[in-house]
Amino acid sequence: MKKLMSFFIAIVAACLLLTLGVNRLEHAQGDANAKTLNLFNWGDYIDPALLTKFSKETGYKVNYETFDSNEAMLTKIQQGGTSYDLAVPSDYTIEKMKKEHLLLPLDRSKIKGMNNIGKDFLNKSFDPGNRYSIPYFWGTLGIIYNDRYVQADEMQHWSDLWNPKWRHSIMLVDSARDILGLALVKNGDSMNTKSVAQVTRAKDSLDDLAPNVKAIVADEIKMYMIQNEAPLAVTWSGEASEMLANNSHLHYVVPTEGSNLWFDNLVIPKTAKHFKAIYAFLNFMLEPKNAKQNAEYVGYATPNDKAKAMLPKAIRNDKQFYPEPKTIGKLQVYDDLGLKTVGMYNDLFLEFKMHRS
Amino acid sequence: MSNTAKRLYYIPYMLWIILFVIAPVALIIYQSFFNLDHQFTLGNYAAYFTSGTYLRMTLNSFWYALIITVATVLISYPAALFLNQLKHKDLWLLLIILPTWINLLLKAYAFIGIFGQNGSVNQFLGFIGIGPKQILFTDFSFIFVATYIEIPFMILPIYNAIAEIDPALLNASRDLGATNWQTLTRVLLPLTRKGVVAGVQAVFIPSLSLFMLTRLIGGNRVITLGTAIEEHFLTTMNWGMGSTIGVILIVMMFLSMALTAERRHKRKGIGTGAKEK
Repeated sequence: MKKLMSFFIAIVAACLLLTLGVNRLEHAQGDANAKTLNLFNWGDYIDPALLTKFSKETGYKVNYETFDSNEAMLTKIQQGGTSYDLAVPSDYTIEKMKKEHLLLPLDRSKIKGMNNIGKDFLNKSFDPGNRYSIPYFWGTLGIIYNDRYVQADEMQHWSDLWNPKWRHSIMLVDSARDILGLALVKNGDSMNTKSVAQVTRAKDSLDDLAPNVKAIVADEIKMYMIQNEAPLAVTWSGEASEMLANNSHLHYVVPTEGSNLWFDNLVIPKTAKHFKAIYAFLNFMLEPKNAKQNAEYVGYATPNDKAKAMLPKAIRNDKQFYPEPKTIGKLQVYDDLGLKTVGMYNDLFLEFKMHRS
Repeated sequence: MSNTAKRLYYIPYMLWIILFVIAPVALIIYQSFFNLDHQFTLGNYAAYFTSGTYLRMTLNSFWYALIITVATVLISYPAALFLNQLKHKDLWLLLIILPTWINLLLKAYAFIGIFGQNGSVNQFLGFIGIGPKQILFTDFSFIFVATYIEIPFMILPIYNAIAEIDPALLNASRDLGATNWQTLTRVLLPLTRKGVVAGVQAVFIPSLSLFMLTRLIGGNRVITLGTAIEEHFLTTMNWGMGSTIGVILIVMMFLSMALTAERRHKRKGIGTGAKEK
């Protein structure tokens, strides 16, 4: 009993000490409060060296907080508990945030270097005139194949996935919009359709694909493809670049008939407080030199044309991640479809998952 | 001690139950009556009972949970019996409980490594000439891993129930001419029924809503109600529908509790009643 008591006291004492320490630390940070920037971004989505460089150049300290889905980020900003100064949502989420008045417009007079961004990436449907957002990275949805099992000419189009040769071979990313989207493109429909008939037809096509599907998984796809677990996968270009870096047999294809084009963009949520720091950071990231460094670290495609020109030739001319203009023209950006249609997509996707062949 | 002072002691427990049991369940039930436009509706329940998808999913969940439970009982009962006869019981029991100290996710990832195309199981199969087989993303692997994870929760109550039995009873049964089989079915099983029931409740109910494993090990080829709830709360933001499925799960859990509890009640008169007093 005595032993137990002293054990408990030790735990309580340790907790108290830790609390005190944390308090102290927070206090120390609080002193520099005016000189901070709260950046809310996806995990591992910026070169940490750039953050240090930014702090050195401007004196602002960056608090880097991460989220792992647009929905989670949206909920946190809606609740407004933390004063996030900048966030990096994807295209359709920006549309949603605009509708819910969660964004502050950009003061263009304070931004330098907007003309570094390529014309293809500005003035998109989710934010006409870029009143609220600056593109950060962009990418596509496509097919990854392992050249040990699949020849390049066998896998150029979405319809190639339906080839009976690939029984139990394909890993799909667990995302209703993307997987139904690829079936919509294969059937010649728009990825933003609200027509129940078209989406149902896409779901029927997916049911036909079911015998070829090995698994519907999330982040694990990366690990599986690197370990040669499956010959084929459907996922986003950002994930693909990481897989390709780890397994030289993997290749990434964006089907020429069309696919999704996505953007992650810097925006100022309504919770922002440190406006000087915000514009300093936006200008810092628009500088071609910094954007180039970031693109090399993250491995996604940069919308900053001047930065792209500075990238090594092998990256710049890589058709996998910077597709030909002709293909880019066919890519579709997701619109915010509204909760009802999103629900319809997800219900049909769930039915597809339940489908057993 | 006066009655009022006694009541004061109840307050923290009552607060706990109200805040962390009653309030959340009430909130889920409340949410389940609202549609996407925040209007009061019974539509969610209508959608659930008229859609073949949800009913099939419920049946699936039930079916998988049943298989997992039966498999764990079949493995755990003999294991518990055996454990009770060993010399260093506590040490062996500790070894069985040890895996529960490790996070579920880590265990799932370990099985991905074991069952993968280049995993140890397939290497062994290749070595003995059968050749690699697809093990991950099958019903088998899902049930295997789920069973593995649930086994400690089944062994513990059964082990305790067996340990409580007076060895004299078993000796008496043998002295009176019962075979080993008769001792097992007429003495041991009735006396340990409570432990089995507790184990079944501890395994069956959580198995109904497993969802991490369905994706990691089952590759979403196995779909349970947990998958649907996760989707409605995180992707479609249709909290009403997600809550409806949650309410139905809760009802199913109560039903299974009631069913298993009633059986125990009936048995009381026959076998264990006297001992409990």
